[in-house]
Formats: sequence, structure tokens, C-alpha cells
Amino acid sequence: METKTDQSHLKAMHPRLRELLFTLRRFMKNPLSVIGLSLVVIFGLIALLAPVLQPPKYADPYKIPHTGFRAQPSPPSAEHPLGTMQQQYDMLYGLVWGTRSAFRIGVAVVAANLLIGIVLGLLAGYFGGALDEIIMRITDIFFAMPFLVVAMALVVAVGRGLKAVVIVLIILGWPSYTRVLRSDILVTRGKDFILAARASGASHLRIMFTHILPNALYSVLILASLNIGTTILTAAALSFLGLGSETGTADWGQIISLCRGWILGTAGNPFAYWYVVFIPGFVISLFVLGWNLMGDAVRDVFDPRMRRR
Amino acid sequence: MEPLVEPKPTTAGTLAATQDLFTNFYTFEGVVRALNGVSVVIRHGETYGLVGESGCGKSVTVRSLMRIVQAPGRIDSGKILLFLNEANRTRGIEIVDRTEAYMESIRGCDISMIFQEPGAALNPVMSVLDQVGESYRFHRMQQMIDETLARLQESRSAMRPADPRRALRRLQAALLRAERAGYARYAARVARIDNELYQLEDRQDEKARDRKRSLNHARDRTWPHGGGASVARRVPILRRYRRPLDAIIRGHVVELLRSLGIPNPENVVQRYPHELSGGMQQRIVIAMALACHPTLLVADEPTSNLDVTIQAQIVELIKELKRTSISSVLFITHDLGLVAEVCDRVTVMYAGDVSETASVRELFREPLHPYTVGLLASVPKAEQQEELSMIPGAVPNLIRPPQGCRFHPRCPKRMEICEREKPATVEHEPGHWVACHLYPGNGRSAQ
Repeated sequence: METKTDQSHLKAMHPRLRELLFTLRRFMKNPLSVIGLSLVVIFGLIALLAPVLQPPKYADPYKIPHTGFRAQPSPPSAEHPLGTMQQQYDMLYGLVWGTRSAFRIGVAVVAANLLIGIVLGLLAGYFGGALDEIIMRITDIFFAMPFLVVAMALVVAVGRGLKAVVIVLIILGWPSYTRVLRSDILVTRGKDFILAARASGASHLRIMFTHILPNALYSVLILASLNIGTTILTAAALSFLGLGSETGTADWGQIISLCRGWILGTAGNPFAYWYVVFIPGFVISLFVLGWNLMGDAVRDVFDPRMRRR
Repeated sequence: MEPLVEPKPTTAGTLAATQDLFTNFYTFEGVVRALNGVSVVIRHGETYGLVGESGCGKSVTVRSLMRIVQAPGRIDSGKILLFLNEANRTRGIEIVDRTEAYMESIRGCDISMIFQEPGAALNPVMSVLDQVGESYRFHRMQQMIDETLARLQESRSAMRPADPRRALRRLQAALLRAERAGYARYAARVARIDNELYQLEDRQDEKARDRKRSLNHARDRTWPHGGGASVARRVPILRRYRRPLDAIIRGHVVELLRSLGIPNPENVVQRYPHELSGGMQQRIVIAMALACHPTLLVADEPTSNLDVTIQAQIVELIKELKRTSISSVLFITHDLGLVAEVCDRVTVMYAGDVSETASVRELFREPLHPYTVGLLASVPKAEQQEELSMIPGAVPNLIRPPQGCRFHPRCPKRMEICEREKPATVEHEPGHWVACHLYPGNGRSAQ
């Protein structure tokens, strides 16, 4: 009964609005997607409210304040709720402002990758022939190189710092998008409805953008939302290796790098400094998990072929 | 040697003709010789059937006719002539060398097509409204904008003079008029180019070739520029000025669906293809093809994937449309019963060759080609007692087709000459053409 009344009240609305509500309702039905969305939203709020949560002490808010130069990290206390790292950098401040860095890196890298990947994938998949061959061989070359080693070399070449990391991840990241999109376009291009669109007088551009792309875009979008998490992991890895930001910058990779010397604890007590390993690691895991769950949810919700079954 | 030409296309009332068409597919295994010099003629006002086993080249023939052969296929030689209106009734437009832009203006407007599998022929991520509406957006924009402007004028004059919405309506109208002017300029320019190309068609000298090349280039580059409107229609919020236009198109789509017997069309236009039944989907596909009142409707096995009751409905619908709104129908099928029911004339194809062309009555009364005889004999009959006869063997691999007549390995009346020479198409009786060595030319051969 209840669903029936629901439907009739939906019918009266604008179709676009109805679609949106339907989509949201579907999204909310799946607990995993709700968890993913909440995680991303919470991190988003932390990033937005960083100046309120942890007011900056220096002119550059991305510099973590530190009280003293003692090497040993100190455990959580009233003054430092999550403890301090090597050289007494405040962990909470670093994590909160590090969320901002994470979003900046993740979104910038994935957006740029997506753009390059879509353009090249579309060209390769739709026109085929020599263009396809050239683009795909370039992606093959990218795939043949050991990612982290090349990334390290390039970061050094571009000139360290967070910006260099972003640029390098953009340079190295697009081939997977291109490849996935191209294969989806090849599948879609052979479908009857593309022939039908041509038979009704659609131009190449029209077919590319309104008939093929919307049908082929799903896997790439899912890949993108999954990759925001992965990108953060890679950026953290580069920072961990000492190639990312400068010491003391609020960046999750940098934090782990600062704590790397204390992972083993002291002789006889391996968990002496558990907090410097566990807390930032947990935060990064949550962030990546959030985006992964979102990615799955995005696929389920936005693909009209999987709806209303 | 003169090309083999089945009824001269200039015989009265020809609508579309192919002459000696060769279409090949360049695959990794080799060149598939899908069409081996196909000549067919479709006349104004007739329902023309194309019959044959699967893989005999029926679909490739019509796809060549519309020039939508998919890669790796290519039309390698031959002519395709269209005699669409009074201006080119005597000498057809040769479309093999025309540009893609020209073909786009013909497809869906003068010639449109219904596909075999309605479920696959509809884009799963576009609503019915968007898909059927596309036909109007491609080919009928001037008319649509005119109607929108009239509607805007009406609503404006119904408002009080002080109503602030009047200014908004005026702005909308100005933008739409700019677009309208763009389409008009485009149409005029395109008509000029097409006309000159048509005049130059028969000339092969250097100068004419250069001119043709530059005209074709210009044709591809011509675009309906609507001044500021072309920018505004691409900007998210600004593009709302087109809403009344969308409403007009929606009205046309709803009316069209209603006329095709779709119940509750206002609701159906919002749906996505997978929400509709097979019969309904096929009606949507037909609606897409009919939106611009084509001169020739190509139906590529429109009923073979539907169940029998829906089949009957769709066949009835096409027959009804043939009476009311379309000039000619090209019906592809492998169902001889359907041919007898709907067609006026039939061509039987085998392995990329035309075997026989005749009126339906003539073909069923007196089939000439051994392949046609075999096909007709293998149709099960209600009172049949003995075993069903069949044609031995299978359609040959077209990468290495049999020499001479492609049917000879399966032919019960095979002669020695059949293995060497491809038979000429001859008019055995008036209007009854056959390509077989059993019927040597009697002076009326096309050769």
C-alpha cells in the first residue's frame, strides 16, 4: 500500500526530479553505499572545517606546529589528543589538514586523468585505425614501466614537493582510463543502436557524444572513484619515500614518513609507539575504503541498464 | 563489357537502384565478397521484397544502399542511384561518391530503416522521447522552430502588457529566430552545393573532378550557425530558452506514437527501452523511422524476433502505413509466406548474387531459377504427406566463393558452363528477370 501511494505522488513531479529521488532512494537502500558516502562526506567536512577544528598557528596552515625537537613521539595526552610524532609534530593537526591535501591531490589527479583518458580513449575507440594503434601503443609503453620507479624518477626530475607529485601522477595515471574506455567504446560501437542512429541521420560527433559515450562511461567513472583512494595511497608512498612534501607538511604520506623510524617500537616492547603507526594508517585506510564503497555504489545507481529490475 | 543491368533504372517510377554493386569485407581471414554485382530496382509506390537464406547479402545490400556498411566493409564498385523527387526523376543522384554529410541528410529523412531486433536497435540510456525526437532534431528543425515561435507569439499575446514575462518570451523568440535563420542559411547553402554536384555528376574531366572535390569538402564543413544562439544552446542554464521547442518536439513525438497505436503515449515517451515489451519496442523503432515521412522505408526482417501475434500486428501496421504515409517499402525477410502477403515484387538473392526478380504472383506461379524452385519446395505445406524437400549443402564461404555461378555446387540442374561463367541476368518474360545458364539470353539480355 505504502509503495503505491509513493508512486502516485512521484508521478506528479517533474521527470528529472523523479529520476533524482529514485536514484537517491536506491542509493540509500544499500548499507555499503551509505557507509561509503558517509565516510567521504565526513572527510569532506573535516577538510572544509579544518581552520575551525585546528586553527593554524603559522602563516602557512599546511605547516604542522611542533613543540620542541625531542625525537621520541609522545602518546596521546590532553594537549595532543592523538599524540605527537618525531620532533613533537602534533598528530591531530597533521591529520586534519592532511585531509585537505588528500582531497586536493586525489581530486586534481583523478579529474585530469579522467579528462585525458576520455579524450584519448574516445578518439582511439571510435576512429580506430592508425590513431588507435598509436594511442594504444603509447599506453602499452606506460604499462610496461614499473610505476613507482618511474614515478620516483619523474618526481626528482620535475622537482620535489606536493605539486611535483600531482603532476607526475597525472602524467602516469591516464593510460588505464584510456584503455578501459576504449574497450567499452569498441563494444558499444558494434551495437545495433549505433547503426540505427546512423540510419536516422546522426553525425559522427552526435554518435560519439550522445550515443556511445553515455553507454561506455560507467566503467571509467567507477574506475575514477576507486582511483581517488589509490591515488592517495601512491602519493603517500612517494611522500613516505621522502620524495613528496617537505618535512612537517600536513600530508598523510609525510606523517607516515615521519613515523617510519618508530614502527618497530623498542626492544622488548614492539608496540611502544603503536599510535604513530596505527592512527595515520587507520585514517588513510578509512579514506580509501570510503571511495571504494562509493565507486561500487555509483555503478549500481547510475547505470540505467541495471535499474528497475 | 557493359555492366549487367536488371530492368533499366530509368523505367518509369524508379525510386532507388543499385547497379552492379560490389561490397567486400576486409577481415583477417581474407576478403569476404559479400555482394557480387548486385543490381536491384525499387519503384515508387511498391513493396519490394528481398529474400534469401541467412548470409546471402540481403542486409548488406540495404546497408550499402544507405551507405552504412560497417567497417571492415566497403563498397568497392558499382552505382547507387536515388530518384527522390521531380527534379531528379529522369536521372538519379549517384550517392556512392557523395560525402557523409550529404548521406546524413538523406538517412532518416528520405530513406529510413527498421531493424531486426528492436531491443538492440534502441539506445538503452536514452528515453523514448530523446530517441524518437532525434529524427525531428536532425531533419525538421526549421518546421519545429516555426511552430515554437507561433506558440510563443500566442502565449505572449495572451499576457497583460505589463507582465514582466513578456520580455523573457521576447528574448526566447529572438534566440530561436537566430537559430531559425541559421538553419535557413544552412539549407540554402547545402541545396546550392548539392545542386551543383548533381549537375557535375556525369563529367569526369580534371576540372570537374577538382570542383567536385572542393564542393564535397565545403558540404562537410557547412554547419547551421545560429549566431549567439549556437553558443547559448550549449550553456547549461541559458539553454533553457529552448524549452518551448522541446515541448513542441515532445508534442510531435506523442502524436506520432499515438498514431502508431501505442496506448498512453504521454507516459511511454518518458520510459527507457528496457521498460517496454518487444512489440512496443518495435513500434518505437518504427516511429523513429517514420518521424520524417520517408519516401522509402527499409524493413530489415522487422518481425523475425517477435512472437507470432506481435508479428501479425507489426506486419499489419507496416501494410497500413504503406497505404497511408510512405511511398515504398523495401522488405527484407527469409519468410516466403510474409513475402506473398506483403510484397508486390521480389528479388531472390543467393550468396551475394541476384538469382531472380519478378512480381510476387509470377515468382510463386513459375519460379525459374533452380534456387528459387528449391526455396519454394522447402516451405512446409499443411496437406503435405511426404518428407520436406530441402536444398542440399549450405551457403558457401564467401572468402572463397565458388567460381562461375555461385549456386552451382548445390544446383540440381548443374551444367558444365556453370562452373566457369557467371550467368548474365536476362529478362525471360516481361518483368521476370533471372540469372541462370538454363535461360540463355533471348535477345533481351541486359548485355
